[in-house]
Parts: sequence; structure tokens; C-alpha cells
Amino acid sequence: MSDAITTTRRRRASSRPVWEEQPTAVGQGVKGLTLGGIVLLILGPLWCVVITSFSTQGSINRAGGLVIVPHGLTLNAYRAMLDDGPVARAMFVSLAITIVGTAFSMLVSILCAYGLSRPRSLGHRTLLMILVVTMFVSGGLIPSYLVVTGLGGFDQYWALILPSAVSVFNILVLRSFYGSTASELIDAARMDGAGEWRILWSVVLPTSRAVTAVITLFYAVGYWNSFFNVMLYMPTSSQKWPLQYVLYQYVNLGTNMPGQVNAGFGNAATATAPLSLQMAVVVLTLVPVVIAFPFVQKHFAKGVLTGAVKG
Amino acid sequence: MAAVTTNGADVPGREQAAPVDVPEKHRTPDASESRPGKLSWRIRLRRDRSLLLMTVPVVVLLLVFNYLPLFGTITAFEYYDPIVGVFNSQWIGLDNFNQLFGDPLFWESLRNTLSLAGVQLVLFFPVPIMLALLLNSVLSPRLRSFVQSVTLVPHFFSWVLVITLFQQMIGGAGLLNQFLRQHAMTPWNIMTDPSVFKLLVTSQVIWKDAGWGIIVFLAALAAIDENLYEAAAMDGAGRWRRMWHITMPGLRGVIVLMLVLRLGNILNVGFEQLLIQRYAVGHDASEVLDTFSYYYGIGTNNYGYGAAAGIFKSVISLALIYGANKLAHFFGEDGLYRK
Repeated sequence: MSDAITTTRRRRASSRPVWEEQPTAVGQGVKGLTLGGIVLLILGPLWCVVITSFSTQGSINRAGGLVIVPHGLTLNAYRAMLDDGPVARAMFVSLAITIVGTAFSMLVSILCAYGLSRPRSLGHRTLLMILVVTMFVSGGLIPSYLVVTGLGGFDQYWALILPSAVSVFNILVLRSFYGSTASELIDAARMDGAGEWRILWSVVLPTSRAVTAVITLFYAVGYWNSFFNVMLYMPTSSQKWPLQYVLYQYVNLGTNMPGQVNAGFGNAATATAPLSLQMAVVVLTLVPVVIAFPFVQKHFAKGVLTGAVKG
Repeated sequence: MAAVTTNGADVPGREQAAPVDVPEKHRTPDASESRPGKLSWRIRLRRDRSLLLMTVPVVVLLLVFNYLPLFGTITAFEYYDPIVGVFNSQWIGLDNFNQLFGDPLFWESLRNTLSLAGVQLVLFFPVPIMLALLLNSVLSPRLRSFVQSVTLVPHFFSWVLVITLFQQMIGGAGLLNQFLRQHAMTPWNIMTDPSVFKLLVTSQVIWKDAGWGIIVFLAALAAIDENLYEAAAMDGAGRWRRMWHITMPGLRGVIVLMLVLRLGNILNVGFEQLLIQRYAVGHDASEVLDTFSYYYGIGTNNYGYGAAAGIFKSVISLALIYGANKLAHFFGEDGLYRK
């Protein structure tokens, strides 16, 4: 995203303009400290958690809690967790929900956004109103819950996907991009005999990769982070829990992980520390986000701003 | 909706499109077509049927999961019994509301909601603006984009994860308290202390979303004309005067827009965030309208009661959105929609 902004600020890329005052040493120092502090506040906790998840009980005890300086790193926590047990299953559930949900959301959102993106098409104003109204008026929690459970959504995976599959905001962002695809391109395709489906697939989608990437990330993060839906619709069936809910149960509420105490991870000296197990769950929940982030980040300026600022 | 233009995306103008001769029945319905209503709806229906077909899945989803619940709000006026359903449940008129307004717990949750929103408005809202100004003054593009990336990442973490990280840092068994104990000081479990809960929640919001808020302000900053700064500097305006007379007016529109969005959303103070911490800190400090509706509606199976609390919240929210827009128009800005 900063790339896009840098190009609009030419002077930043080159040097300080002559008319601007030279910075004072104190000013520079304060600025440096502030920025360093901010970065440390965000990366510090992540560092502690990651290092602790790789640590042995011995080094955790020595450090008195979380480990800051790595010492004697081990993969035991991850091995113990992924071998079998609830965490591995939750990881799989989370991935499956994220992939299926994102694919579904993107499919219907792209179709709807394109369907509404041609000005003067029949009824697009009415349909747009139907969409936008839901951004401001909602039935609230209880009626939604009654609808989903009334449709038999209790303990069903679709209850985690369908009710929140559509974000009208995302559709509006996509729509404003599709609306701005050059109409020469579309007319040319039409001359060549392409129908709407063909135009969407071969002309519009390839020219809007950036926004597609950003919206995909938004949907995927939403599904990956889904927590409250689980609490609502499958609070008791621990077999079906995705990773976020497992994290909540085992780390926030401190429920013992099945198999954590008595599965025999070895003797006391080499035992996998409960804390590093917990921290390993934390790491597993944050890793996919951190991996996906850099790929999409450069598109943010375009994707986010059209939505956030122009509506 | 809103219309603050930035230079964020350069959109190829539709009006520059060269006219192309396309047979009538294949004609794209686009803005260059200057004969509104000339085609009968039957022809338009045939021409646009694939476009309409494409919108069907989303419209169906919204009808089922957004509009159906709207009708479900009538449960607020009955003693809802899941077994007999919405239509056969006992109709009790405004009893749920009467009970609600006589419930001290409800008023407590409303008070918590408003004071939390107030604290966040004062302490959180200015943070992204200040951060954006700070980042904007960093000359090195690499340093700037590094800091920006780092601050942006937490936005994509779930609340469970963010609260876990806070717990590990400043919770009872966390890093801070380990340090305090080792140095023979009194440990202080910030995570379960109701007296600082509002500040804790706000700092979690700042940690998670400040970097996200930066984006829109940075774009607005980048859109300010460089020449204004140079001209002002030539006229002898110092750093701070330039910020006051050029930067601030340049940011004004975006700040007002963000404020309007914030005000319209003010009753949605971190539902998941508070739900997760409710056990640790107790409901006195953490109950807000959303969690109230959840616990007394679903938790105790008193669905009508929870729905009534939900309706109360929706009505106030709508009024707030409307009022905030009026306020924006009063300041001469567009707000969420134009006057």
C-alpha cells in the first residue's frame, strides 16, 4: 500500500525540499523513539509467544514465564499437538471452513457485483437498495439466531458460513471497480460475440486482480477468525470446533486440552511445557494471516480506499 | 454513498469511452446511452437476464439471513416459545419492553456501552490521525512502509488472539507480573481489574486497529498539494503553522467522515472482545447492550426479552447515524450520504 502512496508523493522518494526546515536532533530522536516503541509494542508480544512455543519447560522456568531470549529451542510442542488430538483437527476444520467459505463468498459476491455494475440495467437500483439497506438495518442477534436454528443450522457447518457469507460492503467495492472497467473493452468483447458471463470471466476479472486479491483476503480472514458463530451454533460439540474457538477454550478459559496432562509427552525433564503447547496454538492461529498478508498488502491502497472513502 | 475523492485509484473515465457501433440487441447498457426509458422493460429484461441471474444468490442469502430476521423482531412483542414458533407464541404486547426498562441490569449495560464508546471516542479516535501525521513526516520510504506494515498486521488477528496476547503480557500469569514478583513488587492483574477495564479495552482496540485507521488518513495526506506547503514556507510559515493551516484543512473531510461512521457505530462497542473477557472481569464492568441481549436472550432462553433489547439498540443506532449525518451536513461536509 505504501508503494501507491509513495508514487503520489514524489518528494518523499527523492530528498528533502529546500524550503523545509532542517530537523533538530531532539525532534529526530523523539520521532525515532516513538516509532521504535510502536514497532516494539506490536512485535514484542509476538516474539515472546513464538519463542515460548519453541521452548522447553526448563527454559520457561528459568525465564520465569514467557521466554524472551531463545535458549534450547525444540519442536516438541508442535509435534505433540499435530500428531493427533483436538488442535490438529481444529486446524483442519478452520482451513476447510476458510477455503470453502471464501470460495463461496467470492463466487456470489463477484457475480452480484458484476450483475449490478452495468448502469441502466433493468432493476439494478432496486437490487442495490435491497443490498444497502442491510448495512444499516438489522434484525439483531436474537432473530438471526432464531432464523438459523429454525432452518436447522444448530451444530451444522453451514451455520458458520452462510449467514455471514455476504458482505455488502465488499460487494460495493467490487462493483465500483467493475463499473470502472473501460467500456471499450467490454464493447469490443461484445462485438466478438461474448455474453455477460464470458465478459466477466475473460475481461473484467483479469483487469481487476488487485481488488479481487484484497476482497479475498477480507473474506478469508473473516472465516479464519470466526468465533462468535461457533459460540452461538456449536457451543458443545468440541469435535467440530475451529481453531479460534479451541484457542478460546484452552488458553483464555484455561480448560485442559484433552491429552495434555496424561498423554505422556516424556519425563519431567524433557516434557512439553503446557505453556508452550498453548503458545503453539496461538502461533498456529496467527501464522496463516501473517503468511497471506504480504501477498495482498501491496493492493491495499486501491482496494481499501475505494471502499472506505468513495463508498 | 459518501463522496470524498482521493487520488487512491485512478479510474479510467467512462465518459472518455469512444462510441462503438454495436447492434442494438447486444448493446451494453452503459452511461453513454442517452435515451432513458426508451426500451421497453421486456426488451431490457431479455437483454439483462444474465445480469439479473448473477445477483440471485446474494439476494436470496440476504433475504433469508437479513430480511427474515427483520420480521423475526416481532418476537420482541411476544412470549416466544421455540416449540410453537413465531406465529403461535403468546402475544404480550410491550411487556418485554416494560420489563426491560425496569431492569437495572439493562440500564447498567446501556451505561457501560455509552461510557465505553465515550472513552474510545476520546482516546482511540485521534490515535490513527496522529500516527498518520507521524508516519507522513518520515522521509525514508522503506522505514515508513515497514512501520506501516507492522502496525497493520494486528487488524487481521482475531479478538481471541489479541486478548490472549494481552493476557500473556499483562495478565495474572503474564510477563509483567512475573517481572513484578521477581522484583518483590505487588503483582497487578490488569486483565481482571474492573476499575481499569475501559482503559484496557480501549488499549486493545488501539493495538489492534490503529494501524488500520492510518490508511485512509495517509491517503488524504498524500492528496494534499505539495505546492501549498512550498508557498506557505516561502511566505514564512513554520512547520507548525503549515500543519495547522494546510494539513488540517486537508484532513478535515476525512476526519468528519470517520467521525460520522464512528458515531453511527457507537453502540457496537466490541461485542466479541467483551464477550471473551466477560468471565474474567465480571459483568458489572463488561456488560454492554450486545452481550446483554446475548446472555439474557439466548443464555436464559428468554428470546423475546433479548430481541427487545436488540430492537432498542437498533432504533438508537439508526437515530445516531441520522443525527451524525445532520451534524456532518451542519459542518458543511458530505458525511455518509449527501444532503
